[in-house]
Amino acid sequence: MRLSYPADVKIIQVPCTGRVDILHLLNAIEDGADGVYVAGCLEGECHYLAGNLKARKKVEYVKRTLTEIGIEPERVEMYNLSSAQGARFAEIANEMVEKIKGLGPTPVKSNTAA
Amino acid sequence: MIVADRKSLKEILAMVEDDKKILIAGCKGCVTVCNTGGLKEVEILASSMKIARKKQGNDIDIDINVLERQCDTEYVAGIKDTVEDYDSVISLACGVGPQFLSEMYKDQTFYPGVNTTFFGGATEHGVWEERCAGCGTCGIHNFGGLCPIARCAKSLMNGPCGGSSNGVCEVNKDIECIWDSIVRKKMDAGKIEDLMGVKGIKNWKTARDGGPRKSIREELVQGNI
Amino acid sequence: MSELKSGSNLEKVLNAGHFAFTGECGPPKGANVTHLKEKLNHLKGKVDAVNMTDNQTAVVRMSSLAGSVLMIEEGLEPNFQMVCRDRNRLAMMSDILGAYALGIRNMLCLSGDHQTFGNHPDAKNVHDIDSMQLISMVKKMRDEGKFLNDEDIDVPPKMFIGAACNPFADPYEYRVYRLANKIEAGADFIQTQCIFNMDKFRDFMKKVVDMGLHEKCYILAGVTPMKNAGMANFMSKFVPGMDIPDSLVKRLKSVDKKDQSEEGIKFALEQVEEFKEMEGVAGVHMMAIEWEHMVPEIAERAGVLPRPVV
Repeated sequence: MRLSYPADVKIIQVPCTGRVDILHLLNAIEDGADGVYVAGCLEGECHYLAGNLKARKKVEYVKRTLTEIGIEPERVEMYNLSSAQGARFAEIANEMVEKIKGLGPTPVKSNTAA
Repeated sequence: MIVADRKSLKEILAMVEDDKKILIAGCKGCVTVCNTGGLKEVEILASSMKIARKKQGNDIDIDINVLERQCDTEYVAGIKDTVEDYDSVISLACGVGPQFLSEMYKDQTFYPGVNTTFFGGATEHGVWEERCAGCGTCGIHNFGGLCPIARCAKSLMNGPCGGSSNGVCEVNKDIECIWDSIVRKKMDAGKIEDLMGVKGIKNWKTARDGGPRKSIREELVQGNI
Repeated sequence: MSELKSGSNLEKVLNAGHFAFTGECGPPKGANVTHLKEKLNHLKGKVDAVNMTDNQTAVVRMSSLAGSVLMIEEGLEPNFQMVCRDRNRLAMMSDILGAYALGIRNMLCLSGDHQTFGNHPDAKNVHDIDSMQLISMVKKMRDEGKFLNDEDIDVPPKMFIGAACNPFADPYEYRVYRLANKIEAGADFIQTQCIFNMDKFRDFMKKVVDMGLHEKCYILAGVTPMKNAGMANFMSKFVPGMDIPDSLVKRLKSVDKKDQSEEGIKFALEQVEEFKEMEGVAGVHMMAIEWEHMVPEIAERAGVLPRPVV
C-alpha cells in the first residue's frame, strides 16, 4: 500500500495524543503554521484510556482562543483514526490541506522586519 | 485557596494595546493550583497574545516570569532589576499580586490578567467551588460543617428560604441549596434540635464591612526587637 | 380577649376570633399615585388589611413604606412588607420607626426574592440580617423598647408582626420546624405562599396543629385565583417555590379559554370554603395578582362580606 499524502504536512510524532499540549498547538500557529491538526486513536481505543479525549479538549481550547483573536478556528483540528487505517490517514491529510488552502495563508505574520 | 479566572484575551489585549514590550508575571501560589496563573497559563497567554499581535501586524515582545508568590514582598523584590525594562506588566496572580507589585514599583503599570473570584477548592478535576466568604467569625460547626454565609445566595443564618426546591437554589439550577444540605444532614443525624431557635444576628465588623483587615502575629513581628 | 400588641385592625379581627381576609397590592413602577389609589379602592371595605409589597420579585417600585402611607390616606389598613435584600439593620430600624410614626401597625418580615430575578440583577444585595432575625428585631423593638444595640427607643413601634411560610418549598419535612422558629422569633401572624396543592397543605396543617403552632400564632392561608391555564403554567415554571398540581392545570384547560378565569375563581372559592373549616387556619390572604378589581366579587362569593368592624 503506497499511499501518498501532501508534502505540505510536517508530521511530529508523539507517544500518545495525550502528550500534545495547548502550547504545542499555539506555538505552531504563533510561528507561522497555516494549520495544525492532531491525529489521535479512535475514541474509546486509547491505550492510555483518555489521551485522545484530552487532546480533543485541548484542540477545542485553541479553537476558542483563535476565534477570540479573529482567526479561523478551522486551522486547528482533531481527527481520530486507527493505526491500521493508512488510507484514512492520507485522506485526512488531503482534506486538511485542501481546507487550509481554501482559508488561505495564515494571518499570523511577523512584522519585525518592518 | 484563592480561585481566579483569567480575563478574556480581548480585555487583556486592550490593556496593553499601545505597549511593545511587556512582562507577564505568574505566581506559584493559589493561581498555579487552580490553573489560572502558573507557568503553563503564563506561556499560553504569552503565545496567544503574540499570535493576536502578529495578526494585527503589530508584534509584541513578551517576557515571562513566574514568581514564587506575589503576596510576599521578598519574592516581589525578585524582579527589581528588570521590572522597569517593560512598557507594562500583566500579573496573573490573584488581586493581591498586582497590588504588591504596584506598591513596590511605583513607576510601573501593573494590569490584572485575572478576575479573582473566591476562596474555595476543587470538587473535581477542573472544577472549583466557593466554600468561604472570609467573614472573620467562623461558625461552620453550627451548620453541620457547611457555611451558609458563603454558600447561601442570601447568606441566611436561619434558612432555607421559600425558594429552595429539590436541593437547588432559586437563583439557578447549578447552585446547590446549602440549607437543604444542612437541614438534611441534621435530620439524618437525628439532631433537628440543633436547628431549633433563632441563630443570632451576625457581627459583620470582622468581615470586610469593618474596613480592611490586618492580622498580626506579635511573636513574628521583628520591627521592635 | 388578650391584650393587643399593636391595636391594628387585622390584629383586632383575628383576636376577636373572626376569619380574617387580607388582600395584596403592588406599588406602581413609578410615582403614579392615581393608579395606586384606583387599585386600592377596589379593596376598600372588602379586606381587613392589604399587603404593600416591597420591590416584589426584585423589581424596583415605589417604596412599600410610601405605598403603605398612601393606603392609610385612602382609608385602608396596610400590611407593610419589608425584605432583607435591600436594607441593612440601620435602614430597617429607621424605616420601622418611620412606618410606625406614619400610622402603620402591621408588617410582614421577608427574606426577599434574589435580585437576579428582578430588573437590576447587577445590584449588590444586603442580607445583613435574615427574615428570622428581622422578626426577632421587630419584636425586641416593640416589647423591650430597645434597638438591636440595646439602646432605648423613645416611643417604641408597636407592630403586629407577620412572617411568611412556604409549605411547598423543600425540604418539606423541615418546613413546619422553620415555621415554629418564626413563631418563637416573634411572629404574631403568618401568611403562607400561594396554595394550589391542597393535599400537601392539609398534611402540613395537620403537622402544624399536632405541634400546637396554630395556638401561638394566626395562620392565614395564601390564595391566588388563576386567570387562565397559561398563568398556571408560567407560575409553575418561573416562580420559585410554587407547587401547582397537574390536576389544577388540567381543570383550567378542560373549559373554554374564555371560561378559564371563572374556573380559576371557582377553585379559589372552594379553597376558601375549605380553609374556613380547616383546623388551625385563621383566615385567608387573597393575592389577586394585578386583579385587584376582582377582589370585591371574590370576597362576596366567598361569603366573607361584610368585613367585621371591631
